[in-house]
Amino acid sequence: MNPAVAVIGFAQAPCRPSAGTTSGVETLVPLFHQALSAAHLDRREVDFWCSGSSDYLAGRAFSFVNAIDAIGAYPPICESHVEMDAAWAFYEAYVKILAGEAETALVYGFGKSSAGLLRRVLALQLDPYVTAPLWPDSVSVAALQARLAIDAGVVTEQAMAEVAARSRADATTNPYAQVSGQPTVDELVATPYLADPLRAHDCAPVSDGAAALVLAAGERARRHREQPAWISGVAHRVDPQGLGERDLTTVPSATAAAEAVALPADLDVAELHAPFTHQELLLRTALGLGDRVRINPSGGALCGNPMFSAGLARIGAAAEQVMTGQARRAAGHATSGPALQQNLICVLEARS
Amino acid sequence: MDTASAPPLAAPLDIAFDYTRSLGPVLGRFMTGLRDRRVLGARTADGRVHVPPLEYDPATHTPITELVPVSPTGTVTSWTWTDRPLDGQPLDRPFGWALIRLDGADTALLHAVDAGARESMRTGMRVRVRWAAERSGDIRDIACFEPDSGPPHSPDGTTSGAPGTNGAPAAGADPATSVDPVIGIVTPIRLSYTHTASAEESRYLHALSEGRLLGQRCPACRKVYVPPRVCPADGVPTEEEVPVRDHGTVTTFCVVNVPFAGQRLEPPYVVAQVLLDGADIPIPHLIIGQAGDVRMGMRVAAVWRDRATWTTTPENIAHFRPTGEPDAPYESYQEHL
Repeated sequence: MNPAVAVIGFAQAPCRPSAGTTSGVETLVPLFHQALSAAHLDRREVDFWCSGSSDYLAGRAFSFVNAIDAIGAYPPICESHVEMDAAWAFYEAYVKILAGEAETALVYGFGKSSAGLLRRVLALQLDPYVTAPLWPDSVSVAALQARLAIDAGVVTEQAMAEVAARSRADATTNPYAQVSGQPTVDELVATPYLADPLRAHDCAPVSDGAAALVLAAGERARRHREQPAWISGVAHRVDPQGLGERDLTTVPSATAAAEAVALPADLDVAELHAPFTHQELLLRTALGLGDRVRINPSGGALCGNPMFSAGLARIGAAAEQVMTGQARRAAGHATSGPALQQNLICVLEARS
Repeated sequence: MDTASAPPLAAPLDIAFDYTRSLGPVLGRFMTGLRDRRVLGARTADGRVHVPPLEYDPATHTPITELVPVSPTGTVTSWTWTDRPLDGQPLDRPFGWALIRLDGADTALLHAVDAGARESMRTGMRVRVRWAAERSGDIRDIACFEPDSGPPHSPDGTTSGAPGTNGAPAAGADPATSVDPVIGIVTPIRLSYTHTASAEESRYLHALSEGRLLGQRCPACRKVYVPPRVCPADGVPTEEEVPVRDHGTVTTFCVVNVPFAGQRLEPPYVVAQVLLDGADIPIPHLIIGQAGDVRMGMRVAAVWRDRATWTTTPENIAHFRPTGEPDAPYESYQEHL
């Protein structure tokens, strides 16, 4: 039988418009200490390290190798990396523990989004033959999806602004948030378009930041943390790459991932990785989240979106809800790629 | 200047490279078609026509073999507006991005619409391809789309309102049998970053601008790093600054005989690892003088460029030269190889 796996520690750096070095090492050092200290674990007790980051953010090859300095990789460590949001590194570490190859793992994501022009850099995640050579920026691609959803009657600009207003209000109590406040929906919809039909409040800010999360198996988790956040399921799915190949007003991969984890109806909290307001609305429908579920009490990615760690931070924020006893059952979601192409869902719960 | 409290150094980092991609049978015919001012779609087993083409049928997983011509006119299914185009985008004046379903196709293509003003854009608007004057067989052979007032066209030029069902061949050569078919594309990538150094690295670079070499000692293992870095063995920041001499010992070296792009010196020349006196990690640098005689343990000294040219860069040291001192004993550097 597979061992039970739990989140036993989480830490994040504050989301800021510009912070830290391109390499991220100086940001990661204190972060590792915080996450390991929350997990009551020494760094030499970590069996497996796994990170998510991108050379396209750093502007140089093998940038993640440089970041390993922050670990102190002597004696040699067991380490891996994904060129995706670290939520997918989390998945790799989870499977590693399930396979019995590790008992503990530290997962981290980092990136200096502000080093380049992020929305232009992100064009390079598109199809390299017929789309990326045109350099469509990530905000414009999201705007095309938003208009389809508006034209289809699935979302409205008013509902999108409501998502932004709620997120910013929630973020006022989140010290790691980059954007927060108490705007009214009327104020928000009166602002000009950034990329029609998206306004500034519909788009996540460009954020520098990082996150780290500690996992442990079964008895080990109980030994290190009074109330671990037990993982009852993780799944990720992907939709076709071609933007014209799928119905952008639905998120079949998110629905499929939710079915794979048997997403429970009695969730207390869901932290959704939606870098654009309309995407939260599409995700809520795709995941079948009812009004009873508290969405993004952290303020979500709309209030701080450090590339390659914002998805991991959603899982971490959901886990914190369970570890601190605020929620019995929580879900963390991460997305990667353009227009919600790839989606990962993790369900976490308290066990007595 | 008080370099200890100076803000961390940052500098522009511009990188450029070309991606050269081979195309395969489907995209090769598609790109060849664009060069010949024809748009081809891929027909899947369910009869749907995909533009841009798919290489494999997503339902049956079989390779696509049937490419059919579609019209250069189509309908906007979604759009947004760009006031300030970014480097590399199809137009350098305000334009609309759109998903466009060409007449005869069942899926939409992403491209730019030269509509002049946001007010001209709308879902359902009719557009047509504006071909690039010079075409080489890539997606940018479509310069952009422009508003079109005519009725829907079928691929052979007759008006038709039945998308996805028209397989009539267009006039002109079949790209499959075209002479000189397109087999690859080259996509230039240009990216601009601001690279930010750490506070410790910044102090090291400021010291270099004053002709000094500065290391930092790890509080855990006591090793001295030049340039300073978070100790890779202990994972802790280095704290104590340690002056390091610009003399050192060659720990290992290689003779470069092969020319390569961007090379600054004419081969052959020597690249060596130099363990500076007082440091625990060697730095890579050039050795000039007695090139044929460079050996492990050789004692060398930095040759600084003209002081007037010094900036916050290791390039202030042009190269290292042999000092003529007796070689350092192997035991003195065996831990640093």
